[in-house]
Amino acid sequence: MSSSDISIMVVTGTRERLQMAAMVASVGAVSGSKVTVFLSMNALAYFIKGHTATAPAEGEFGKTMEGKNVPPFKDLFRNAVELGDAKIYPCSMAMDVLHTKPEDLEPYLSEPLGLTKFLSDTAGSQVWTF
Amino acid sequence: MAEKKVIDARGTFCPGPLMELIANMKLINIGDELEVLSTDKGSAADIPEWINKVGHQMVSTSEENGVWHVVVRKAK
Repeated sequence: MSSSDISIMVVTGTRERLQMAAMVASVGAVSGSKVTVFLSMNALAYFIKGHTATAPAEGEFGKTMEGKNVPPFKDLFRNAVELGDAKIYPCSMAMDVLHTKPEDLEPYLSEPLGLTKFLSDTAGSQVWTF
Repeated sequence: MAEKKVIDARGTFCPGPLMELIANMKLINIGDELEVLSTDKGSAADIPEWINKVGHQMVSTSEENGVWHVVVRKAK
């Protein structure tokens, strides 16, 4: 990967961080960067079909954001895949912990990926962590 | 003959207007224009940035009563 490629590791489940991660993924992907998103820990559950898409606010900004017409973070992640060059991978370890199968996840996610492969594939890229 | 379509993204925050523009850009022909209406000042700055980066054409940007009118042309 090159330095113009963007790798995003999302592990938190708060509104502000999920929103910012989704903004970086979507805008980066539609602007010509190859984007790779790795969902793990508290972030993954939001991408299980039927799970709530409303994440708890971390602070005042997150609470304020709730009442505004901000694009939902899951829509932005889907935009990244459908409108740009992005792939979103669920962490295989987190899937094992949650007893989740690939068919349980939103259809725009790619196949599960291990951390070793993610780190290998994204070597040399920008890495963003949320 | 080139056509022009209006995208009403008023009330949507960044990057909503940009995403709506890009989704519509895929549906139009080269030479056609899109006019994005946005109340988000950041998007009025971000859309020209994206247009220049990916190689489309800016036609005009104007503001009237708190609404930005960003007109772009599909170039490729």
